[in-house]
Amino acid sequence: MFHVNHPMLFGLAALVILFVLGQSIFFTVKAWKRARELGMSKSLLASIVRGSAVFSIAPAIAIIIGIITLSKFLGLPLPWLRLSVVGALTYELPAATSAATALGISLTDALTDARAYSTIAWVMTIGSFSGLTIITLFLPKIEKGLMSLKSKDEKWGKIFMDSLFIGMVSAFLGMIFSEIRLGLPGWIPVFVMAFSSLLMLVFGYLVKKKNIAWLENYAMPFSMLGAMIFSIPLTAWIGGSR
Amino acid sequence: MSQYEKKIHRWGRISGILAFIMFTAYPLLLSLYFNAWPYLDALGKGLLGVVPIFYTVGVIEAFTYGPMLGAGGSYLSFVTGNITNLKAPCAINAMKVAKVEPGTPEGEAISTLSIGISSIVTTIILFLGMLLLSTLAPILESPLLAPAFANILPALFGGLAVVFVSRNWKIAVGPMVFMLILFIVQPGLANAVSLLVPVGAVLAIVLSRILYKRGKL
Repeated sequence: MFHVNHPMLFGLAALVILFVLGQSIFFTVKAWKRARELGMSKSLLASIVRGSAVFSIAPAIAIIIGIITLSKFLGLPLPWLRLSVVGALTYELPAATSAATALGISLTDALTDARAYSTIAWVMTIGSFSGLTIITLFLPKIEKGLMSLKSKDEKWGKIFMDSLFIGMVSAFLGMIFSEIRLGLPGWIPVFVMAFSSLLMLVFGYLVKKKNIAWLENYAMPFSMLGAMIFSIPLTAWIGGSR
Repeated sequence: MSQYEKKIHRWGRISGILAFIMFTAYPLLLSLYFNAWPYLDALGKGLLGVVPIFYTVGVIEAFTYGPMLGAGGSYLSFVTGNITNLKAPCAINAMKVAKVEPGTPEGEAISTLSIGISSIVTTIILFLGMLLLSTLAPILESPLLAPAFANILPALFGGLAVVFVSRNWKIAVGPMVFMLILFIVQPGLANAVSLLVPVGAVLAIVLSRILYKRGKL
């Protein structure tokens, strides 16, 4: 009998996740060896490992909330799989919603129809293939283009890369301001962002002027966590719905 | 291309194809096992609702994040997902801390290392989260903590902005002001932020090209 938390579904999800975990370990080991070949010190690499691990904790916990949200409807295995690999809630939720709407069912109760579940699983899977396909097929070409650009003019190549990053950051900064017309509660994300920037500046000062070198590695995750914590009293004080 | 680069592309492609097969295995095997094939009309309609937008986003992400994250980092992050909200910022931060430039062999190694570690840590945390779900759910879903998780992106990009603005304020001002105005005038665009990443990137590239040609950078 099918149900959304069937052991077979857990087994399948676990299998796929183990594969992806194996791939992550493989690339991590290769990257470590490569970095050593390039002359980077073990202590630097170890600090990168620690910093990246700390950095990932808060976003990963936020992803668990995504699993909880989806699991009420889809059970645990499918959201666990989709959010452990390939996806992000910003994609998986619309995909599940789109399929559920097409099926004429609501996202509030646990699914019982195996074919409806299968439809949703297929939509979520097929709908997420484009980035992976492009990278798998064309990444060498994309990189070649970039290399030729850099070999022509190294300084411009560096500015070009920075511009790409700035493009990404500016789009998200804009998004953070998208609710300010709703009044003071709409400003909460802006204040949270400003607080995160402020913490980053303070940490930068401590690293550079006070020579607290170890802090550099954690400046970003600490700024993020600090700003997240700051949002709790701030929201209580302003009284927003966020 | 160096020996390492050749190898990383080979590994990346093999693992990409394997990932493709593994991801398809879940719906395929469950369909076989439960003899539950999708309702075709709902499958079509459901895909119509996501493919036009998310395939576009996927293509854009591949072309913007690909150069940023380097070969190993890209192959890995497009399989492990959560790129914008986790892998890309994590790799950017790691490259900054290690004082290496993206797009160089050193940058590529550090980016791949940090994305690999981030994927491993995330997988472990999600596994633990799932095991302890009944204990964790009331805590994580409590109204007290809700604002912290609702504001994770502003908390993340606030710190990141400092890094980039301080390094390149001349390039940063234009795209940022443009995006601010755009989102304030059209708040609905918040749902399509991924589509605006390349718009910001093109704008930043054009502006910096003009400044560069005039010798202002």
